[in-house]
Amino acid sequence: MAVDINIMVGGEAGQGVQAAGFIIAKALGRYGLSIFADQDYESRVRGGHNFFRIRAGDGDVGAISEEVHVLLALDRQSIDLHQREVSSDGVIIFDSDRMEGVGANERALGLPLERMALETAKNKQAANLVAVGAAMSLLGYDSASLKSVVLDYFGALQIGQADADAAARGYEDAKASSRRGLGKQVGPAGAQKRMLLNGNEAVALGAMAAGCKFVSAYPMSPCTTIMEYIAGKADELGVVVVQPEDEISAINMIIGASYAGVRSMTATSGGGFCLMVEGLGLAGMTETPVVVVDGQRAGPAIGLPTRTEQGDLLFALHASHGDFPRVVLAPANVEDAFWLTVKAFNLADEYQVPVIILTDQYLASSYATAERFDLSRVQIKRGQLLSEQDPSKSERYKRYEITASGISPRAFPLQSTALVVADSDEHNEEGHLIEDAEIRTAMMLKRQHKLQGLKKEISGPRTHGPSHADITLIGWGSTLGATKEAVDTAARHGLSVNLVHFAEIWPFPSEAATLALKGARRTFAVENNATAQFAQLLRAETGHQVSGTILKFDGRPLTPAYVMEHLKKEVA
Amino acid sequence: MVKTTDYTGGQPAWCPGCGNFGILNALKKALVELDLEPHKVLMVSGIGQAGKLPHYTRGNVLNVLHGRTLPAAAGAKIANPELTVIAVGGDGDGYGEGGNHFLHSVRRNHDITYLVHNNQVYALTKGQASPTSDVGFVTKTTPHGASTPLNSLAVAIAAGGTFVARGFSGDPDHLTGLIKSGIRHRGFALIDILQPCVSFNRRNTFAWYKERVYKLEETSHQASDRLAAMEKSQEWGERIPIGVLYRQEKPTFEDEFPVLGKGPLVKQAIDPAQVGALLDEFM
Repeated sequence: MAVDINIMVGGEAGQGVQAAGFIIAKALGRYGLSIFADQDYESRVRGGHNFFRIRAGDGDVGAISEEVHVLLALDRQSIDLHQREVSSDGVIIFDSDRMEGVGANERALGLPLERMALETAKNKQAANLVAVGAAMSLLGYDSASLKSVVLDYFGALQIGQADADAAARGYEDAKASSRRGLGKQVGPAGAQKRMLLNGNEAVALGAMAAGCKFVSAYPMSPCTTIMEYIAGKADELGVVVVQPEDEISAINMIIGASYAGVRSMTATSGGGFCLMVEGLGLAGMTETPVVVVDGQRAGPAIGLPTRTEQGDLLFALHASHGDFPRVVLAPANVEDAFWLTVKAFNLADEYQVPVIILTDQYLASSYATAERFDLSRVQIKRGQLLSEQDPSKSERYKRYEITASGISPRAFPLQSTALVVADSDEHNEEGHLIEDAEIRTAMMLKRQHKLQGLKKEISGPRTHGPSHADITLIGWGSTLGATKEAVDTAARHGLSVNLVHFAEIWPFPSEAATLALKGARRTFAVENNATAQFAQLLRAETGHQVSGTILKFDGRPLTPAYVMEHLKKEVA
Repeated sequence: MVKTTDYTGGQPAWCPGCGNFGILNALKKALVELDLEPHKVLMVSGIGQAGKLPHYTRGNVLNVLHGRTLPAAAGAKIANPELTVIAVGGDGDGYGEGGNHFLHSVRRNHDITYLVHNNQVYALTKGQASPTSDVGFVTKTTPHGASTPLNSLAVAIAAGGTFVARGFSGDPDHLTGLIKSGIRHRGFALIDILQPCVSFNRRNTFAWYKERVYKLEETSHQASDRLAAMEKSQEWGERIPIGVLYRQEKPTFEDEFPVLGKGPLVKQAIDPAQVGALLDEFM
């Protein structure tokens, strides 16, 4: 990539780190650059240390990079913690009034950020925007475009104008300072306008595009913004969003709504999903379609509430007692988060099963640019429904009619005179509870049989890099961007590495996996967990034993550099 | 016209003489008298002997997990407010396992009718103490006697309940009237029903209740008076009031959503193109 710039905004919670980072990401995105931005924040509302990293490139950017070219230090700690990451040609923008003794070295640009904010916006809180203005000035970004991004973010009213003034002041003062512009400059890349959104927003949009009309969810990081976003658009889009007393209520509410005929979803994290496990089995037994988002965070128990992990895979696959078919999807990026959510609703309805979407804190809160989703490609497949044309069928309606596919046509209460009887006990075709051994066996087989059809719906893994390589990385879910880049970096270092990456996990695409790994010499599972859960699954389903693992379970996302570092050790 | 036979269902597997029969008959009678056809009714039930009730009549049925009756019923009602939703469960199901859901469903005022078969004992698991067992009630799991019972009516009134009533399965005609009022009530209607368990509760028997119950409508009790209702909810022992303790008109949970004013969610069309305007906001 000719352009590959990393910017970091650091500061305490409450200093506007998120807003500053988002505005920079949005501004660079509008230049047609590809953006990836992640957030690192603590479980607190004020204080502590948070940062927001933005990477902008004129190629395909799918992960963050450790090297920082511009550090916007809103507090002293940001300098102490991150100055080592700043490149030799980089710059640190800091408040010269508040951080004396930082030194006037080449890399530092001190401006009285808070004072400038007070003077222009009558609010020292706008110091973050002064810093943003200064950074964009050093990058050669044009001031008019910056102003429009700030106004879009804060609104064109008084507050927005004041913030735009603060940004303009930072922009001009940096320009006038003795500090020369950065070696790295940005300019319009001329690409088509793209969206900038995070994983949670993509899931929420996918759900609404798929016709989800009912969401019941209990707030839990990192998934709270899914329900918040949908709730904000609910009246416009015809959705009801309920915040119930707990996650147990959430999943049982969506089962009730889905039984009554409405596409329904809940979103939580691992701890909340623990509480939903019983309900998941109810959806399995009553064959009620539901979509459950588990945005994984570091566990067990409360773990690291605001940090990432891929530790729930085996749990999601096995959650609840007894055998019943389910689907597990693990989006790799924001595009996947949208399209796999649409797919989740379709598979849930067509096969009348619970579908689990496994994201994680990293994907949920990371921003990325994406082509505008082509809504004409969204298909709504509600599966087999009782024909309303034939009233005689209504009279004899059997909710759990035994069929070759295992799928019994659904009817919704009050849509006809058919009586819809669904039971958590084992039941007969009419839905009434039974204890008969023969019917039990037939019903188990009917439900399990749906897996045959489902297997055909699951896409195999993505591959990246040369078709034959010395080392094959195996990954799943949100690590796609980092592992892809690691493969490319390895190639530049003369290493022969490729990637096999899974986003659709269950029913496991065994044949496609075996095919993709055929001829692989040494394989390494790259996962954001401690026990290589995907590698365990791969072995169980295909017999493939990985040669080694590259794991990270410190609550921080996998990066290309982390993967490279381990790869180098392996080939040394 | 709806006939009693429209509600004839499967053969109950309850013990002969079970208090549940009185409730089943009263419910059927109420639905017939309200002229509600079975396909317009959704019964959501929990687990326990009470949870089997919907299988012994006709209608739409969603028999869920132990204690999870109310969230499932609420979800179905939100999806289609045109359904008459009746939740059915026992005291263990609703006040024990589902206690949190009970508290919050009352508070939210979902437009559903909740029949609690309160026999003060766990019967399906063969005779353990329940959240409403009287103090000192000795069972295999409570050899030193049960502790303080949950006063569900007082809790419901305190939680903001809009229809709080008690019925007795030994007086099916009176109970029929209560169920009819509960279904007609816009909002969450709690009907706690004294239901003697002939197998596992030798203390709170039909005779025990018959000696004690009296009808509130035959007294000067004002159901609109919340403090008086709270006072009545404390009465237990020598005299036990049945009837409507408290009643209040209040917007239902479903009323809070303008979207539902446009008709049931289940009838609202799905149009992915609607999301286009939202996508533009991310550009």
